[in-house]
Amino acid sequence: MNKLSVILFLIVSNLLIFSCANKNNKVVESVQVKDDNLEIYDFKEISKFLNNKDDKVYVVNFWATWCAPCVKELPYFEKVQAEYKDKNVEVLLISLDFPHQFESKLKPFIKNKGLKSKVIVLDDVDSNSWIPKVDKDWSGSIPATIIYSNNSRKFYEKSFTYDELEEELKNFLN
Amino acid sequence: MSKTIKLLGVVFIVLLIGAFSVPNNNVGESYKIGDIAEDFSLENIDGKMVSLSDYKKAKGFIITFTCNTCPYAVMYEDRIVELDKKYAPKGYPVIAIMPNNISKKPGDNLNAMKQRAESKGFTFPYLIDAKQEVYPKFGATKTPHVFVLNKTKSGFAVEYIGAIDDNYKDASAVNIKYVENAVDALIEGNEVIQKETRAIGCGIKA
Repeated sequence: MNKLSVILFLIVSNLLIFSCANKNNKVVESVQVKDDNLEIYDFKEISKFLNNKDDKVYVVNFWATWCAPCVKELPYFEKVQAEYKDKNVEVLLISLDFPHQFESKLKPFIKNKGLKSKVIVLDDVDSNSWIPKVDKDWSGSIPATIIYSNNSRKFYEKSFTYDELEEELKNFLN
Repeated sequence: MSKTIKLLGVVFIVLLIGAFSVPNNNVGESYKIGDIAEDFSLENIDGKMVSLSDYKKAKGFIITFTCNTCPYAVMYEDRIVELDKKYAPKGYPVIAIMPNNISKKPGDNLNAMKQRAESKGFTFPYLIDAKQEVYPKFGATKTPHVFVLNKTKSGFAVEYIGAIDDNYKDASAVNIKYVENAVDALIEGNEVIQKETRAIGCGIKA
């Protein structure tokens, strides 16, 4: 317990110091703290994130740090998050990273890229049972993306450019 | 861009199928269960060309689309070798095909494939789909992606499409060995029960 208090104190004090020193650093530091509680779910638990029933438009992207085309398109999802968050749009990044790389790859990646969108992890080996539940047409390759709202839903097993992603999103905003 | 073109291609094919819905017409369409797979001729890591017809005694094949650069494929390498060791003597050898565009995935070039095959002790051909014409026929979308073929009077029929088993992480924790079940059924002369499965994999780089 004492060790924990010391660590917490260090984190908080670091946060305070950085927040005074530089606004950009503050964001990065706060993300780092959040990362320490990586949210890891099995498919049953994650399905609620795919079926929110409210007035928002959700952009859900399946990705992994080891997937080059996924990493390439992440900035576009971040840009959507930044530009459309005030328009009732929420981006969710569902990582399919391997458990043995959560610490070595995923957490440093989230921190270094300063990802602002919410990142959660899907750790469920029985993909044959859950892939069709995400979408009946999904063969299982990533990147894959779902855009959905209360009354509309579309699945994409493809890479996006920012323009393509924005165009698809706009169909949900009308 | 190429993905868009691929997608347009798929849309076109779908329209085409709609227009000419002739049974067993595989032109431009990827294989479904029961379809007869066309033979191919692809370069192996030893420089020789390999075709299905080279295997005079084969009762079928475990065609495995895989590559060096996909972590999922890498996690399955040992299991692919085991499949070949177990089933090649029974008439169902593994043929591995690397489908990626090597200009996008230099780590999958023929030389790198050769090194990988040597270091992992591949007991089967590791072919390169250099023109990227074979994987679309199979309808492979990712690595690893397995197609089990079975010899019939009219050719090699596709009897199973999908994953190797149900636990990519840990071979010892696997509950269902999809490919083994399929091949075992074929050896026994039975129908494959689970004909299609899905797994996460790395999208093939066109």
